Amino acid sequence: MADRPLPPPETAIDWLKSMTLIRRFEERAGEQYTRAKVGGFLHLAIGEEATIVGAVAALRPTDYMIATYRSHGQALARGSEPGRVMAELFGRVDGLCRGRGGSMHMFDLERRFMGGFGIVGGNLPLAAGFGLTSDYLGSDDATLCQFGDGASNQGTFGETLNLAALWSLPVVFMVTNNQFGMGTSLERHSAQTDLQVKGEGFGVPGLECDGMDVIDTWAVTAEALRIAREERQPVLVEALNYRFRGHSIADPEDYRSAEEVLEWSKRDPLVTFADRLIAEGVINEAQREAIDLEAIATVDEAVAFADASPEPDPSSLYDDVYVLSDQVRGWYSADHRGAGLQKGEELA
Amino acid sequence: MAEMRYREALNQALAEELERDPNVYLMGQDISVFGGAFKVTEGLMDRFGEKRIRDTPISENTIVGIGVGSAMTGLRPVIELMTINFSLLALDQIINHAAHIRYMFGGQVSVPLVVRMPQGAGHQLGPTHSHSFEALYLHVPGLLVAVPSTAADAKGLLKTAIRDDNPVIFIEHETLYGQRGEVPDDPDFTVPFGLAAIRREGNDVTIIGISRMAQTAERAAEQLAAEHGIEAEVIDPRTLRPLDLDTILESVAKTNRCVIVEEGWPHGGVGANLAALIQEQGFDDLDAPVGRVTGVDAPMPYAKSLEQIAFPHEEQVIDATLALFGDRKRASRG
Ligand SMILES: Cc1ncc(C[n+]2csc(CCOP(=O)(O)OP(=O)(O)O)c2C)c(N)n1
Ligand SMILES: [Mg+2]
Repeated sequence: MADRPLPPPETAIDWLKSMTLIRRFEERAGEQYTRAKVGGFLHLAIGEEATIVGAVAALRPTDYMIATYRSHGQALARGSEPGRVMAELFGRVDGLCRGRGGSMHMFDLERRFMGGFGIVGGNLPLAAGFGLTSDYLGSDDATLCQFGDGASNQGTFGETLNLAALWSLPVVFMVTNNQFGMGTSLERHSAQTDLQVKGEGFGVPGLECDGMDVIDTWAVTAEALRIAREERQPVLVEALNYRFRGHSIADPEDYRSAEEVLEWSKRDPLVTFADRLIAEGVINEAQREAIDLEAIATVDEAVAFADASPEPDPSSLYDDVYVLSDQVRGWYSADHRGAGLQKGEELA
Repeated sequence: MAEMRYREALNQALAEELERDPNVYLMGQDISVFGGAFKVTEGLMDRFGEKRIRDTPISENTIVGIGVGSAMTGLRPVIELMTINFSLLALDQIINHAAHIRYMFGGQVSVPLVVRMPQGAGHQLGPTHSHSFEALYLHVPGLLVAVPSTAADAKGLLKTAIRDDNPVIFIEHETLYGQRGEVPDDPDFTVPFGLAAIRREGNDVTIIGISRMAQTAERAAEQLAAEHGIEAEVIDPRTLRPLDLDTILESVAKTNRCVIVEEGWPHGGVGANLAALIQEQGFDDLDAPVGRVTGVDAPMPYAKSLEQIAFPHEEQVIDATLALFGDRKRASRG
């Protein structure tokens, strides 16, 4: 653990609570998946909580946050209601996206959590777009864009970093280097394994943080955001971390050894941070236990909320395909059927 | 009314909308200093400055993605892709992002984005530079697709596209940029989406022309009247999403015959789609199978002699139309 000083006690406790909630939420989501309450893919962030909470803690409420398909934690850290995140996993109407996006596509506009994106590398250009809006409107909102080590090989990585630097956009790009893109290890997918230098040729300086340490992640992200916001200079931050679970739930993990996972689990960001808070007298054992029980209770409520939420009504299938107006009067007017009464339809 | 070229009409639409709404901005390769590969944006940088008329690197996917991101957060980007051929590099941002973001996030945001680009063959540019892709974009729910074939429509539809809150694929045509037409100068002039234009009235057959093929269809119709006594009704749908199917069906109910003309490939084409809709909705009105005239089912060749027979001209439209009348009409002529 890096030897940065602890933040004020209430802040430290907030971070521990947030990391604990993510851990318990993810565990429960995995459980619900095996019980077929959750469909599709489910990518858990267990082991990556410090990277999420540290980075989000450095943001202002008006800053934009954008992430990948592994982003239940980002939504929770940004303040989205756990019940609505769980309901999205369950595909229910009270889900953050009314059951349209699922696990990979969380979104909470109110909290400027700008998604959850299923396409590896697809979110980088959007982040630059948010940065352009801030620049264009003369606001000092910044954008934080998280993506994986695997995504740093996409064309959008180079294209976006170049444009962000060229246009002096206030964006922090954070590559979450969890050592793997699915089952392909870093040294097998990237010729340059020191990812923080990958932006230099594009005019984007790099910083590195210990993504297993919430304080270091917060401190480095805060500095990167300051540079982006005040100096109008995009920054690439490499957060080194490790995911303790498989890439998604259906992953036999043949590409790595149990010993390696065990070795990293000794640096479990939740455990090490809580241990330090106890060692430095910020909390005691009983408080750690209480924080954990509170997180479990919150997740219990989230599951109950999601369970009670109705399935989307079939009549909502076409909602929000388009913004309706005089030009697009209903989904049908842009659909194949034409606006009038169709053959075989009765007058209502 | 003023007479101007198609490219000037587009330029006027852009200038008026830039003037009207400070959040409208333009972005694309070589659009500012150079004035656009087809000179559509000429003079706009001098008038509106580099902040609003933005030259970009050659990074199609990311340019569209930046447009999407800025549209999600309050701006109204109008992107120029140099030609539709290069939009293939941006398909991920156009389909997975622009078209689906509103839906997949449960309606929390909209993406008021316009992607303008010209299409079409005829300049001996070979397979990579001669595509017509209206069918590709028509395929995608969440996108609106406009295919203006006249200067007035170019202006009126572009203004509507910029004002609409949905992502719009705005397909211009390379060979139309220099064509002149009468264009209203009223800054409030717009052409609504989902309203087909009847270019020529007739009772014998309905010919639907897409993009520049609306003009080819019109010329073929004149020849059909003069040489074969067939009065064709020519329809230009102007937008494919939303589609004015009602106007098409009304026309077919009157003429009982229909031919669809497009420049793109036959399989999964606009004509294939329209033919399916017309037979579903108007089967009883048809006296003959719906005819289709398309580009040939091959990449576009370079050699002029081959290229010219690889996309439709009046002759193919006339042949396809006559075929719908079988021997009866031809016999009556002979
Ligand atoms: C464009 C694209 N290609 C492939 C995939 C399938 N896929 C999903 S996640 C993933 C690995 C990405 O690894 P990384 O960027 O390191 O992120 P991590 O999953 O480790 O968080 C792949 C290949 C995808 N979703 N999108
Ligand atoms: Mg990874």
